Parts: sequence; structure tokens; C-alpha cells
Amino acid sequence: MTAGDDDIRPELRVCPDGPMLVRGAGTVTTDDGVEHRVGRPVIALCRCGLSTRAPYCDGTHKAQRNR
Amino acid sequence: MTQEILLLPSPRGPLSRWCVEALTNAPDIAALSSAVDLVPPDVLSDDDAQLALWMLYEMHYLGFDDVDPAREWDPTLLSFRRELERRFERELRERTSSVVDDALTTPDVAQAIFDLCAQDQSPAVAAYARRTADRREMLELLMHRSVYQLKEADPQTWLIPRLRGRAKAALLQIQYDEYGCGRAEEVHQTLFANTLAACGLDPGYGAYVEDAPGTTLALSNAVSLLGLHRRLRGAAAGYYAAVEATSSMPSRKMSQGLTRLGFGPEATYFFDEHVEADSVHEQLAARELCGSLVQDRPDLHRDVLFGAAAYLLVEGLFATAVLDAWEAGATSLYRSGADGTDAPAVGRVTA
Repeated sequence: MTAGDDDIRPELRVCPDGPMLVRGAGTVTTDDGVEHRVGRPVIALCRCGLSTRAPYCDGTHKAQRNR
Repeated sequence: MTQEILLLPSPRGPLSRWCVEALTNAPDIAALSSAVDLVPPDVLSDDDAQLALWMLYEMHYLGFDDVDPAREWDPTLLSFRRELERRFERELRERTSSVVDDALTTPDVAQAIFDLCAQDQSPAVAAYARRTADRREMLELLMHRSVYQLKEADPQTWLIPRLRGRAKAALLQIQYDEYGCGRAEEVHQTLFANTLAACGLDPGYGAYVEDAPGTTLALSNAVSLLGLHRRLRGAAAGYYAAVEATSSMPSRKMSQGLTRLGFGPEATYFFDEHVEADSVHEQLAARELCGSLVQDRPDLHRDVLFGAAAYLLVEGLFATAVLDAWEAGATSLYRSGADGTDAPAVGRVTA
């Protein structure tokens, strides 16, 4: 998975037990080659692999942690 | 967008009656002390007190078309509001003090907020909406939610000039997204209005205030209380973080419930959008807004946690009231007999 446009440098922040915040990404390309246009200034990318809205975080990691 | 008209609601007791009269005619300072005497010690779940407070706060938002805008700063009305707020804040603090004490032992404020939310034992209205709610109950739930959602993010905008540096920048990132990133059709308030319309409900601002019991109005009033007082800016930040941190999964459940009942994507879009948006916002709010604020201003640590706990308390009271009413086979709305589909009340809002 890659994030970003050629002309901008996204800023990343890894959240403990949570997603990776990406600031300034233009697109996100997933393993299947699909390019997702980013519509918000900051996105949260799933790191737990359980999101139903991959590549984006949907908060499911919390249900997993509480189990 | 069509012009919306908001009129004063029908009073439901002595406090809201005093407010309607004072907002309509010039408030009488001589009558203030006798009006203050009517305020009960506990206002958190009081239908009349919360409606009075909602009216007084609404003067700072869009206001009423039948009220002189100058009354926003009328000292008699502000004095009356202060009396209601004093009790409201005291009750919120008393009922959250022990969980706040516990949360203070977690050094990382963001983690403490996430833990508070995860440990909250209140009943969850979204889980019921997903699996069990019938059409009438779902529409009632949307009517309740409309009181706050149609001004979603506005109370937190008052925080902006009261913050500096990193906390301010973090808040603005959330707000920019809430207000549609510059696209009017994506403003979250508008998305909720679209959901109401798609479900056959009135999307007008304030349309269902008269249907809202005190516990519903308290959700709107608590965030107005915290947003309007600079002294409470820490609590406003913590409240926001707890709202965001308890939104993604419940939003998905709301969307699933609407789909189960046969509503289409126009109805679910607001909630689908919030699954993703609030997964971002909860991190920004807890880590960057609250985290930076407490780092810069350690004296606000307790208030940040108080705000988070206050949201969980008020949301829990709301959920309990709604689910208890449905359990008893009754309406959860303030007026008895409303069925959610044809509920126009005298003197309420028209679009």
C-alpha cells in the first residue's frame, strides 16, 4: 500500500493500538492496484487488518482489543 | 438552501415559560429572583430546565425569528442562564468525579480518554438500532439526534480562539472535515439533514426540539455549556474527544440498522461517512487536541477528563431514557402519542 502524490510529502503518525494517520496524501493505492482518491486532509489507515472499510480505519481495532 | 424559520418552542413548565416571556417581551430584572427560585437543584434530566437552557443557548447560534437578536446579551437572561448552568455543571462534576479520579492515574491523557470510553457501561442505543429497532423507533432516534446533529461541530468552533498552537491546529483539522472541507454539500450538518429527509422526516433546524425530552436536550446543552465558557475549554476538548471516540462503530451500527429497515444510501450516507471520518477525528481529538492541550496546560488535565466523562454520562442518560421507554412499549419522545411520521406541533419550526 502506498500513499501520496509525487509533488507532496505526506506526514505520518502511528497511533499505538490504532491506525496510521496520514496527512497530505492525494491518493492511496491498495495491493489490488486500486487507487483511492483522498477526500479529507488527514486519513487513518487500518493497521490491524480488520477494517470493513479498508484501506481506511473503521475503529474495529477497539473491539478486537477489548475481546 | 431554503430559508429556515425557527420560532420559540411551547413552554413545558415554569422555567421555559419564564424564558419564552422574557425573550418575547423585555425581561424584568425585578422578576429574576423569583424565577431563579423555581430552578430545581437537579437540572440534568429535567424537561423544563433543559428546554429553558436550550432556548437561552440557541440565542448564540441561529437565534429565533420571533426574538429580538439583542436579547443574546441581555444581562437578566444571562443571569438566569447562569443559575441553570451552575446547577448543571455541579451535577455533571459530582456524577463524574470518581471516574475522573481513576482516569487521572493514567498518565497519557489520550489513553485515559480511550479507556474511559471503553469502560463505559451505559446501554448503547446504536446496538439496539442495528439489530432490534422497528421503523418507528429508528425514526424517533433520528428525531432525538437531530437536536444536536443539525449543529454538529458548531459548539466546538467556539474553542478555536481559546487555544494556541498545536491544539488549535488539531481542532481546525477536525472542524475543516466536519464542515465539508470547503464543499457545502459535504457539511456534516447537511448530511444529517439529508438523512432526515431520506427517512421522511423534517430536515429543518430545530424541527424536533419540542419532541425532545430533557435527556436529549442535555446532550446539546452540555456541549453548549462547555463551548461558551473559556474557563471550561479543557472540558470542551475532552468532551469532543469522547464524542469522536465513541462514534465510528456506533455509526456503522446505525447504518446497518437503517439498511435492515429498508432505507437506502441517501439515509445511511451520514453514518457511513462518520465511520471513516471519526476514526480519524478520534485520534486527532484525543492525541493532538487533548494531548497537546494538557502538555501545554497541565492545569487543564482534570477538566479534559471531566469533559470526556461528562459526555459519557449524558449520552448514557439519554440512551437509558430512550431504551427504557421502548422497553415499556411507549414513545421515547417528549410528547406522548407522536409516532414520528406525522408529528407537527403547534408553534414549532417550519422549513
